[in-house]
Amino acid sequence: MAIGSRALQAAAVGVPSRFARVREWWEQEHVFGYGLILPAFVLIACLVAYPFGMAIYFSLSDYWVGSPGSFVGFGNFLEIVRNEVFRQAVWNSFVFTAIALTCKAVLGVWLALLLARNLRGKRLLRGAVLLPWVIPTALSTLGWGWMFDSLYSVVNWTGIRLGLMTAPGPNWLGMSTYAMAAVITVNVWRGLPFFAITVLAGLVSIPREYYEAAEVDGASSFARFWHVTLPLLKPVLAVVILFSTIFTFNDFNIVYVLTRGGPVNTTHLFATLAYQVGLQGGNLGQGAAISLFMLPMLGMVVFFQLRYIRRE
Amino acid sequence: MITGVRSRGTRLRSTVFGYANLVPFVFFALFPFYFMLITSFKSNAELYSLKSVPLWIQSGVITDHYRYLFARTEFLTWIGNSLIISVAATGISLVISLLAGYSLARLRFPGVGSFGTAVFITYLVPPTLLFLPLSQVVVWLGIADTIWALIVTYPTFLVPFSTWLLMGYFRTIPREIEECALVDGASRMQTLLRIALPMAIPGIVCVVLFGFTLTWNEFIYALTFISQSTNKTAIVGVTADLIRGDIYYWGSLMAGAVLASVPVVACYVFFLDYYVSGLTAGAVKG
Repeated sequence: MAIGSRALQAAAVGVPSRFARVREWWEQEHVFGYGLILPAFVLIACLVAYPFGMAIYFSLSDYWVGSPGSFVGFGNFLEIVRNEVFRQAVWNSFVFTAIALTCKAVLGVWLALLLARNLRGKRLLRGAVLLPWVIPTALSTLGWGWMFDSLYSVVNWTGIRLGLMTAPGPNWLGMSTYAMAAVITVNVWRGLPFFAITVLAGLVSIPREYYEAAEVDGASSFARFWHVTLPLLKPVLAVVILFSTIFTFNDFNIVYVLTRGGPVNTTHLFATLAYQVGLQGGNLGQGAAISLFMLPMLGMVVFFQLRYIRRE
Repeated sequence: MITGVRSRGTRLRSTVFGYANLVPFVFFALFPFYFMLITSFKSNAELYSLKSVPLWIQSGVITDHYRYLFARTEFLTWIGNSLIISVAATGISLVISLLAGYSLARLRFPGVGSFGTAVFITYLVPPTLLFLPLSQVVVWLGIADTIWALIVTYPTFLVPFSTWLLMGYFRTIPREIEECALVDGASRMQTLLRIALPMAIPGIVCVVLFGFTLTWNEFIYALTFISQSTNKTAIVGVTADLIRGDIYYWGSLMAGAVLASVPVVACYVFFLDYYVSGLTAGAVKG
């Protein structure tokens, strides 16, 4: 009997059934599941997690382009903290993010409320408003650079003709306060559509009955906004604001194209300074330390966002 | 209905109020494009004259700036590079994220939740954090200064985004349909390809559009990893190579900016609704 069953088993291991066994193995839910995420896992491990680890290593060593450095501990961090330009960039990043984000949030909610009205040409209006978000930022920023030109600025030309400025008007990209105002303007211009369209999607999902009930109770339109719309928009707003914080804080394109961090480093952000020090200057160790410096803030944002989404 | 009670006058006033308040926003959004467009058609004499009115074209439309672009720069090569990179990176990312998105949304196995969280965190890692080490990785891979450097690295930001988006679409497909197919003897892969995939087509269109747009518009990696002019993308070619030292040729710069935006704008005009749904999916569907 024992021999008989072994002979059966031997027959089952033959060439065609080996394929069947592999197939059976592959058809298991967990094997198939792991198999499908494998490519994504390899990609994230090799090109996101590994480079991230490298960034940490760079920041702890005196690594220059072309020469593998040696371990220096927190030397790079101590050095950049003492550096005037870096401290200026940290300050710039916070000013830039705080002002741009506030403008985008306030104007974005206002614009979403306007777009939610049942107006003719609604689709066309939405399309027009969303356009700045679609066009390559580096190229549209180039256009803004020409609009803020020191000699032929159309902004100043119009401002002077309207009597809002005295000739020759501000030198937008040449003076520190104006340059900061210019990069913030472009960031708001480019980021506003994301806010407006996302908040609009949140607005549409609010049931009409709430407004009707509020109207019956005699609530003014501002009261309706404050007590009905805003509380119900909170979940969407929280997510959009967190997203926008990350991407505003890490902006590179606008500052790089418009001012290259100038005049005299007054518009440098983390990313542009890291690029200048790490790649143009070749000091990869310090460049990595600069870009990692924003990580605690990023970590906090991700933490709050994940906690919020879990709670929903 | 309450709206019926409102008088005609109130409604009219509300409509006028709506349009009147939208005008500044639409103007703010569109004026830079209008200005770029007219700049690209102005003669240099008009561009650099303090006496001319900058708001419209006074001394006739000229196409010199566009001709300069085609005759004297690598513009067509840059457009070609951008097309190859965008199509390849989007294709690779689509396949990877379809598989991962299906697995994470549909299958049950240990660790599925934590991998989903990992994808989400990767989605939030900005490229500005990784460009320094990646610039060394592409050197080690021997693909620095070629378009492969971008084809390989662009999926790092496309895959997390696309996976996240597709998970949302796969979740909306009723489980019963797939279970029926499995009971009828279809393999899991067949179920994925023949049942789930066709039902996720809106999501796939969304991923392709966003993939194309995001890769076409990408700037920091393209600027960092490629220095040889003939391997540059359209965006970096226009912003970096058309500026000689400190001299800005605004006419041809704006001509390049307008032309290099055309592919993205064309997609956008035809698929506006997909852009809107893709943009809001990340934040609203959560």
